[in-house]
Amino acid sequence: MAVTKGSDTHLGAALGLTDADLLEMYRFVALARAVDERMWILNRAGRIPFVISGQGHEGAQVGIAWAFQRGHDWIAPFYRSIATCLTFGMSARDIMTAQYATASDPSSGGRQMPGHYGSREHNLVSVSSPVATQLLHAVGIALAAKIRRTGQVAMASMGEGSSNQGDVHEGLNFAAIHKLPFVFVVENNGYAISVPAAMQVSVANVADRAAGYGIPGVVVDGSDVLACYAAARDAVARARAGDGPSLIEAKVTRLTGHSSDDQQTKYRTEEDLESGREHDALPRFRGQLRDAGILTDEIEAGLTTEIAATVEDATEYAEHEPDPDPALAMRFVYAEDAGTSD
Amino acid sequence: MPPRTFIDAIRETLAEEMRRDESVIVLGEDVGKKGGVFLATDGLWAEFGDERVIDTPLTESMIVGASIGAAVNGLRPVAEIQFADFIFPAFNQIVSEAARMRYRSNNGYSVPMTIRAPYGGGVHGALYHSQSVEAFFTHVPGLKVVVPSTPHDARGLLRSSIRDDDPVLFFEHKKMYRSVRGDVPDTDYTVPLGKAKITRPGSQVTVVAYGLMAHYALEAADRVADDGISVEVVDLRTLRPLDRETLLDSVRKTGKCLVVYEDNKFGGYGAEVAAIVAEEAFDYLDGPVTRIAGPEVPGVPYNHVLEDWFMVNPEKIADGIRTLAAY
Repeated sequence: MAVTKGSDTHLGAALGLTDADLLEMYRFVALARAVDERMWILNRAGRIPFVISGQGHEGAQVGIAWAFQRGHDWIAPFYRSIATCLTFGMSARDIMTAQYATASDPSSGGRQMPGHYGSREHNLVSVSSPVATQLLHAVGIALAAKIRRTGQVAMASMGEGSSNQGDVHEGLNFAAIHKLPFVFVVENNGYAISVPAAMQVSVANVADRAAGYGIPGVVVDGSDVLACYAAARDAVARARAGDGPSLIEAKVTRLTGHSSDDQQTKYRTEEDLESGREHDALPRFRGQLRDAGILTDEIEAGLTTEIAATVEDATEYAEHEPDPDPALAMRFVYAEDAGTSD
Repeated sequence: MPPRTFIDAIRETLAEEMRRDESVIVLGEDVGKKGGVFLATDGLWAEFGDERVIDTPLTESMIVGASIGAAVNGLRPVAEIQFADFIFPAFNQIVSEAARMRYRSNNGYSVPMTIRAPYGGGVHGALYHSQSVEAFFTHVPGLKVVVPSTPHDARGLLRSSIRDDDPVLFFEHKKMYRSVRGDVPDTDYTVPLGKAKITRPGSQVTVVAYGLMAHYALEAADRVADDGISVEVVDLRTLRPLDRETLLDSVRKTGKCLVVYEDNKFGGYGAEVAAIVAEEAFDYLDGPVTRIAGPEVPGVPYNHVLEDWFMVNPEKIADGIRTLAAY
């Protein structure tokens, strides 16, 4: 079935998504995967020293980020948020220059490890390594949005392991008391590096903890992009209406080791890894779009070519960008007066 | 304007800054209707309301972490940590997040936030209401650390701190809140961050101090003047960035340097001052750089005899000056 512009199928209609929306969402899922896979190749080839991956999280990230307004709302992401950052406006070059830690890396100018993305331009808060700290930043952003009456909603995302930190409790409590426009997203991939969720979280779902704050907590299948979008859309609507925060727990999978320095077969069985691969959003979303006649052979071929070219361009670009200059490493510890160079 | 107490200066400056700039908010424990446990924020809630004067839950990490976020999204939060002793749950947010946000984002983000906290002993506060915590934070690039000693400086430095585009820790010695008075100009003056002040000129010994110890140093200088010792007192006012020029100029003139701080001596802020003087003014020194500081116990004990034993006082400083002057 050929799809012409403006003719939308039933797949996204109930959610208010056009076929063009669905294709664009799929493009972000596939692009994030392709960029991520290239990162691992570059790491194993000795071109970049470290990779931390978002593989297995992309469907949830795109579905959820799609519900927020780019350039208006705020996201405090974490180190697996490649697809989130792409969906919210960062480019493949932006992601790849972070891997190479080039001077032009917009996240940090090569100062941070790869995975620590951020962009003032795109309202993506700079990521640090101590986990869950970003929840409080998003809560503070939501507080400012409420006081300044900007209509913005802030989201923070992290893994289920991180969700145990005290900052999460302090932040959810405050956000709930003040009905702040805040959405907390837990991307539960079942492992905190090597420790399974059953040894990390005392209840079946992180979302169960939402009841303790008197806020909605929902569990969604993280391989179901549209279910993730629907949950986020509801949470954003609630936040924007002044009804307060929500918690969304997306059950995702981690297709790679924790990082390029981890060998997950040491603590995960082959059956476990196989079931994880079966829970991958990328083939599932592709199948949905194929079945609905949205992702035609022609469109898919074009998309595949485009994504390959984008990844190639980003790699080539980052590979040839200069390193940061140590002579400038003292800059930006504090504000500099306008006009001074160092 | 009649003389103001130290806490008057702080409270009035907070109100003025909130009137001047609607992006300034105050948040912390009991800062609202109660006006803070020391009444440093008294009257702000009545004037500015719930949205700009926020009583938080007992969550120091949240107070600072949410202030960081609010600063990222256009506000200038003034967070109060009820006692400096309770700042440690927020240590990660201050050191890992606020201090590094600008650097790690290559100037993409900044955190214009002031954290106020009462510190110091001598008020029967025992181990957990008496600590001097400045050294934990002066160690950290990306933070500014301010310790005023007079109502004039408290006002001028608090204005500068709130208007600064980087995170500032503003430590107020609680014993000074109502015991220290002084003239305060009724103008919109500021005292720049990073500028020390010679509060007493002298020729034979430089005494470097800040906060309550800046007052005790002046008292000690009076006492030893009777012995014919001429003391110059440098009130640092800002600990980071340190005003090296004023410090080193004084030591190069007198040739002797005594550093006074209330915190326990080992690894305290005065150790850095001593190291800088030794490194950069060695050729001018006519005696060892010496420190008068607290004893090596993990907190200020409660009983008044024990507290007096702990606290640096003018007599201990005077003894240190006499010993150094005789070297």
